[in-house]
Amino acid sequence: MRLIRAFVILLALSGAMPLHSASAAQPQPQDEFVPLSEIPPEEQLPAAPMVIAAYAFVWVAVLVYVISLVKRLDRVEADLRALEHKDN
Amino acid sequence: MLRKAVVPVLGLSMVLFVAAPIIIHRAPYEATMGLVQKIFYFHVPAAILMLLLAITCGVLSAVFLFGKKQAADWWALATAELVVLFGSMAMVTGPLWGRKAWGVWWEWEPRLTSSLMLYMIFVAYLLLRRFGGPGAEKLAAGMALFGMANVPFVYISVNVWRTLHPKTTVIPNLVPPMAWPLWLCFTAFLLLALALLAMRVQLEEQRARVESLYLAAEED
Amino acid sequence: MNGFLRVALLVVRKDLTVEVRSRELIYTTLFFAVACVLVFAFAFVEEGRALDDAAAGILWVSIAFSGTLALGRTFERERHAETLRALLLAPADRPALYVGKLVGILLLMALTEAVLVPLVGLLFQAPVLAYPVLLAGLLVTGTLGYAAVGTLFAAMLIRARSRDVMLPILLYPITVPVIIAGVRGTAALFQPEPNPDMALFWIALLVFFDVVFVTLSLWTFEPLMTE
Repeated sequence: MRLIRAFVILLALSGAMPLHSASAAQPQPQDEFVPLSEIPPEEQLPAAPMVIAAYAFVWVAVLVYVISLVKRLDRVEADLRALEHKDN
Repeated sequence: MLRKAVVPVLGLSMVLFVAAPIIIHRAPYEATMGLVQKIFYFHVPAAILMLLLAITCGVLSAVFLFGKKQAADWWALATAELVVLFGSMAMVTGPLWGRKAWGVWWEWEPRLTSSLMLYMIFVAYLLLRRFGGPGAEKLAAGMALFGMANVPFVYISVNVWRTLHPKTTVIPNLVPPMAWPLWLCFTAFLLLALALLAMRVQLEEQRARVESLYLAAEED
Repeated sequence: MNGFLRVALLVVRKDLTVEVRSRELIYTTLFFAVACVLVFAFAFVEEGRALDDAAAGILWVSIAFSGTLALGRTFERERHAETLRALLLAPADRPALYVGKLVGILLLMALTEAVLVPLVGLLFQAPVLAYPVLLAGLLVTGTLGYAAVGTLFAAMLIRARSRDVMLPILLYPITVPVIIAGVRGTAALFQPEPNPDMALFWIALLVFFDVVFVTLSLWTFEPLMTE
């Protein structure tokens, strides 16, 4: 029991520590917004996620279609086997 | 018989698909668009296949309507499904590219609008096949003919009107290090389409066999 | 060729006779078209003024919607009375039957437009009389392209399940180019500084679509209507 309590306290402390230091490092609240005509380059929409998303979508689309085709083929072939079996 | 050819073709296409990202990674960057231009290597083959398959579907539908060949209808249905598959790829990868290159997901300009129209015609074709009931295959064949008539419009639109979309002349003018990854991807897409077509037609043939067996069983 | 025209005219006369007796189609279609304009008016009028280009869009969307209604009803009537089957059994050219039905639909839509255009002019301060010939050209070519595809599909759908839903699903994607050309051309005439050259360009495009659509419809009507 004591062990658990010690653990909880330790956990709470370890949680509070970075929180405390983070609040200390926080910048001063802004009292006005400064307009800027151009976004700085490091904040512009990155291209990599777009490219990765595009390629991933193509892969997923092919996969889903192939799976659906195989499923449909299996079902029809099961029907076929059942029917042919009934004939004999 | 179909099945034997399908597996190696599908396998080869998958090998190319796996190799594609590595080769595309080594291709040079485009001067103004940079990294995002690499969507091109998947977007263009998907779009070309959408147009080619739409034309094929129209021709097959005409053969079915005027020549009364049942098999043509199976092939037409299979191509229509693939038009929607490759169309979805083109319609999703396009906006992802446009968002970065043009700053918008979608622009109402002729190439995009007419591609969307073509895509919707084939979605309507599939809806009709699914929910039209008996006799829908003829009606759908008529639909595919009108869809085919739309293809030249899509292709020409971008060269006639001044639009944001790159012109079709970029493809013959590509430098070799950019051209050959494109053609590799195109080969991968084409082989994939052929393998999927064969599988889809086989499905339709089996369905027809089940149907005829049912009818035979009912008659007994 | 003479027989072709005679059959087409007979079909038109038959449809007109039925319609003059009941007046069902014209009343319902007109009322629906006016209701469409009113619904759009609520959507696109802000502080007493319509948005730019709204008049052209409202006009064409109302034409397209009421056209769908008219097409559906016309062929529903044929189906209900089993008269289309009788027509198809008659020893007549199938394309002539198609042309006859198409002319009937065109007359109905022309009547609707004769009400819609002045209404849009009144309600949205659109200068409908500034370029009457060009506006008429846009309306005629646009309606022809729309009705050509619509008549073919409505006739084919007569045997299909869920035909009421299927007609707009099939018709709208195919006729979108016609609607776009109609709206852009009309908007060019309605804007504060009208641009007749632009309207002429869209009319030329509409003529091109009409040729493609009418040819395809005449070509496919026969095999599509054969059971």
